[in-house]
Amino acid sequence: MSGIPHDHYEPKTGIEKWINGRLPILGLVHTTLTAPTPKNLNWMWIWGIVLAFCLALQIVTGIVLVMHYTPHVDLAFASVEHIMRDVNGGHMIRYLHANGASLFFIAVYLHIFRGLYYGSYKAPREVTWIIGMLIYLLMMATGFLGYVLPWGQMSFWGATVITGLFGAIPFVGEALQTFLLGGPAVDNATLNRFFSLHYLLPFVIAGLVILHIWAFHHTGNNNPTGVEVRRGSVKEAKKDTLPFWPYFVIKDLFALGVVLVVFFAVVGFMPNYLGHPDNYIPANPLATPAHIVPEWYYLPFYAILRAFTADVWAVQFVSFITGGIVDAKFFGVLAMFGAIFVMALAPWLDTSSVRSGKYRPMFKWWFALLAIDFMVLMWVGARDTEFPHDWISLIGATYWFVYFLVILPLLGVFEKPLPTPATIEDDFVAHYPGAAKDSAE
Amino acid sequence: MFKKLTLSALAALALSAGGAMAAGSDGHVHDVDFVFEGPFGKFDENQLQRGLQIYTEVCSACHGLQHVPIRTLADEGGPHMPEDQVRAYAAQFDIYDEELEDDRPRKSSDFFPSSSLSNAPDLSLMAKARAGFHGPMGTGISQFVNGIGGPEYIVSLLTGYTGEEKVQAGTTFYENTAFPGGWIAMAPPLYGEDVEFADGHSNELHHEAEDVTAFLMWTAEPKMMARKQAGFVAVTMLILLTVLLYLTNKKLWAPHKGKKFDL
Repeated sequence: MSGIPHDHYEPKTGIEKWINGRLPILGLVHTTLTAPTPKNLNWMWIWGIVLAFCLALQIVTGIVLVMHYTPHVDLAFASVEHIMRDVNGGHMIRYLHANGASLFFIAVYLHIFRGLYYGSYKAPREVTWIIGMLIYLLMMATGFLGYVLPWGQMSFWGATVITGLFGAIPFVGEALQTFLLGGPAVDNATLNRFFSLHYLLPFVIAGLVILHIWAFHHTGNNNPTGVEVRRGSVKEAKKDTLPFWPYFVIKDLFALGVVLVVFFAVVGFMPNYLGHPDNYIPANPLATPAHIVPEWYYLPFYAILRAFTADVWAVQFVSFITGGIVDAKFFGVLAMFGAIFVMALAPWLDTSSVRSGKYRPMFKWWFALLAIDFMVLMWVGARDTEFPHDWISLIGATYWFVYFLVILPLLGVFEKPLPTPATIEDDFVAHYPGAAKDSAE
Repeated sequence: MFKKLTLSALAALALSAGGAMAAGSDGHVHDVDFVFEGPFGKFDENQLQRGLQIYTEVCSACHGLQHVPIRTLADEGGPHMPEDQVRAYAAQFDIYDEELEDDRPRKSSDFFPSSSLSNAPDLSLMAKARAGFHGPMGTGISQFVNGIGGPEYIVSLLTGYTGEEKVQAGTTFYENTAFPGGWIAMAPPLYGEDVEFADGHSNELHHEAEDVTAFLMWTAEPKMMARKQAGFVAVTMLILLTVLLYLTNKKLWAPHKGKKFDL
């Protein structure tokens, strides 16, 4: 499976030979577990395992929650309270599931920004990147669908606002919105289809995760230097890599342990910190909450959605040349999805010959600004749209697009990158001088 | 290595901190030191029982607790009342029984009655359905220190009446320093000395407010003590496991990093 030269699996015992002659699954497991992995991976390469854990956690806790949940507008809220009060360990399972979603998104954002900094999206890993973006989009969809299920005030009004976005699409929007909702407004039909899809999508994500892993096992992992593993021979490759098992499995499990200590402290001691209090009020179609705020992990993109109001000249210009078909609302929707789309295009927008941000003196600063921009957008996404919040979100949203569409392409032309190490081994030895002897053998 | 890991953890925390968001409460909410707050906080059975008495004698005239089964009054980690007292308590509320086609006294397996006044919200989850603290700048970071502030909001509301009234479109509104907007339709429910406690505990206004709030925190989060206990077990076991994994990892990598590692 891996493109890096490595020792192949040889079935030894009789039973291994018997199974492998019929289905080469042992070979597949062996190749996956012993995948040659760059020695010099740093601690930002641990979020993959955290994400795999999150997916498993969400599926397992989710399946148990479904056993006790009732998808009906009159019963859903009470059935969640039944889980919290009467189901053995139900309160723990629900809090694990609710906070598990937050951990999932913290990990995915760190994972994505890791990729953006170290240029993991660049050739030949574009397909890994695109699949990752698809997984991220499905995560957003799944999280949104799940948040509707408890049928609290934010569930109901969040669903109303977000499905309303589809209503902004010219010509087909209204019909599409009705189709998504299963009726003219958010109601029982909506709850039922959201429940069905919330159960389905995680398994689609699991399938894409397998493709994601397959893709980067084929190209090999990126690493902090962005320098490729030498592929001349197995011997040469071994100087740059160590097998995934046990070296990276143990390292990743240790990191997962640290993350889980924090996670279980949050679940045990402050499980409602990341939720919105309004969702403990049963959904009421007649009472709109003062502020409809999405879950924290949507806030940066929610801020971009709201940033482009009718008084922005770009919006007026686009509205004018499209003859009013693209109004401010639709412009916002396009901007929100466009923000993720330009990120997915990063492999082709980044023109630099050097992969890792470590060796790109100008890129570093623009990247840091992007990370700050992301945090600012997250903060402003939860605020009202009064001055100065409207300006902050407009500037923040603009920078997001400028970074991908202007800065990334231009940096490749104007930036003079620093020299990169010749090999991963050199980088590793520079960190651990004692390792030189070991590698020389 | 730990430095980098700490940085990662900090980054994760900083990311999540954006999550606690503004809910736009303009009212003033003051912090209260409840015994149930913090990782070590526990409910005080006596306080919960006093709170139940205040709820029953005052709040229940209008408000309900429709998500709370009466039997849970006997639960450990809650008011922990004797079973016979719980049965007697339940019997004072009637419920319509479809099989009998008539009213009958409630059993402990029934739920508390729901609100009798149509515009009085159900109180089952009230302590979790409000946030008292949002700052600084709407980031919600202060909630790490003070908690989300639902119980504090309730105490501040119950003690926040100024005594001013106004009539608007036939409805009387009462000025309240904690209520968003400043004017609330609920008349002051507690004035102090509204109930007499059997054990002679103080029935000053702020004591009453805190007692009934503690009770409402329990109705909102009846498994809080079990949850914190599970949290402690999980965190302790995970720290142990993580230390072992740390040592395993160090030993495993030592020869490849040209380092010595002896345990």
